[in-house]
Amino acid sequence: MEFFHALVDPDNGFLRLALAVGLFSSITFGIIGTYVVTRRISYLAGAVSHSVLGGIGGALWLQQVFRFTWLDPVYGALFAALLAAFIVGRFGHGSGRREETMIGATWAIGMALGIIFIDLTPGYFDITSYLFGDILLVSGRDLKLIAVLNLVTILFVVSCYHQLLAICFDEEFARLRGLRVDVYYQLLLALTAVAVVLLIRIVGIVMVIAMLTLPAAAAALYTRRLFSMMLLAVFLSALAIVGGLAVSYSAGLSSGPVIILFAGALYFALAGWKKIRYRHP
Amino acid sequence: MNQDVSVIKITDLDFAYQDIPVLQNVNLEIRQGELSSIVGPNGGGKTTLLKLILGLLEPNRGQIEVFGVKPEKARQKIGYMPQHAHLDPLFPVSVLNVVLMGQLGRQNRHLWGGYSRQALQTARQALAEVGLSDMAKNSFQQLSGGQRQRVLIARALCTEPQLLLLDEPTANIDQRSEENLYETLVRLNRRMTILLVSHDLGFVSQVVKSVICVNRQVNIHPTSAIDGTLIKEIYGGDFKLVRHDHRCAKNGHHPHLPSV
Repeated sequence: MEFFHALVDPDNGFLRLALAVGLFSSITFGIIGTYVVTRRISYLAGAVSHSVLGGIGGALWLQQVFRFTWLDPVYGALFAALLAAFIVGRFGHGSGRREETMIGATWAIGMALGIIFIDLTPGYFDITSYLFGDILLVSGRDLKLIAVLNLVTILFVVSCYHQLLAICFDEEFARLRGLRVDVYYQLLLALTAVAVVLLIRIVGIVMVIAMLTLPAAAAALYTRRLFSMMLLAVFLSALAIVGGLAVSYSAGLSSGPVIILFAGALYFALAGWKKIRYRHP
Repeated sequence: MNQDVSVIKITDLDFAYQDIPVLQNVNLEIRQGELSSIVGPNGGGKTTLLKLILGLLEPNRGQIEVFGVKPEKARQKIGYMPQHAHLDPLFPVSVLNVVLMGQLGRQNRHLWGGYSRQALQTARQALAEVGLSDMAKNSFQQLSGGQRQRVLIARALCTEPQLLLLDEPTANIDQRSEENLYETLVRLNRRMTILLVSHDLGFVSQVVKSVICVNRQVNIHPTSAIDGTLIKEIYGGDFKLVRHDHRCAKNGHHPHLPSV
């Protein structure tokens, strides 16, 4: 309740902004998450999000050492995410047996590079907000960027719905029908990468993967079409973000982890409920 | 259909996964209007042969021509039904939407990636062909294994193929569905060439005109030649498949098969 009073307080513009960013990003979480879950690329998305730290570290280092003041860490993050998405998409996928190793390596090397760059950079940087997110630090620019991302995501999905459906369902058959499977796949991964970069503001590098999988996986338990799975996943993301934000504000806890706990609780509750409902007598 | 036209032509083909040889010195010709089956033990190279015909794998030696061109270029004329076991059984999609995937890659779609009325009609016809018209709106998750297999046959038909390739169409289906499938294949064979992979010799001997035995090497026999010696040759002395087969009992429907 306290949270809702705080929302209408004219002094609390940051809280309304945080809520708006949270609600906006649930659109991307739900839609991209649906593909991450049905295409089973959560491990890939994890590698992409963790390697973002390398980009952030690299950008901070270049900023300080070479005076590239224009180089905001978000550009470094974007570069690292797209590069990682390309690497794992190109080499970490297919019939090879070592794909998991490739993904895991990208994951760890990205993080290691990030820490090394931050060590090399003079001055002290607190990377906690990158690692675990802080929705209360978002700016109006973040809101605009996430709005643009939502628009791009929705356009991509609406125009390629059936192609993406076929590729997620049976890649081999889609290829045989002459679809350029690799192009769609790389586009999907690139979009996932951009989404990860913008969404780490909310839940951080370490936990963004949970928001890309838990709401969609919970939605999958109760839906029978990809489209309805997306809608339910968007709704569940929004629920987790609003609930998490309210509790973290009232209890004075970090917002990222509380949002994740909400999403996790939703997932386990819905999975458990389904198990009880449909248990064989 | 013209029996003199060659649909698949394989010459001197070798294939190996890394350094494990799977197929050696394969020569094979399938003519238009044939209904043939590839049989052989697990790991004998049956599915590999299908994938080579589809151009999903490249031979190490030799040539494959499908409709007179390289397999990749002939894909639009091939309808392929994979084994459904490699698909996610919980994938949220309707039966009709699975079948419609057969129409992807054609130019008759709307601007926003939706399907045209014509595509929908083709998909419904394909579903009718496998006897699942009333299941179009059902979810793929809710179907039994045999129904899923039929949906994938419908998807292959929805590509409007001249050559139908079926990988283990009798896996997971009961006797009644098997009879339906048999009738469906015979009916479809009037307008398209059919090549199926099966380990089910009983089914095969009832349906097809010739069998292609794949166990590293490829031999072709008329169905009437399936006898004990041949089975021994194919399976290396393993008679289990025949002994368990209901069709072979007491000289029932198949006097040319050995009674066991």
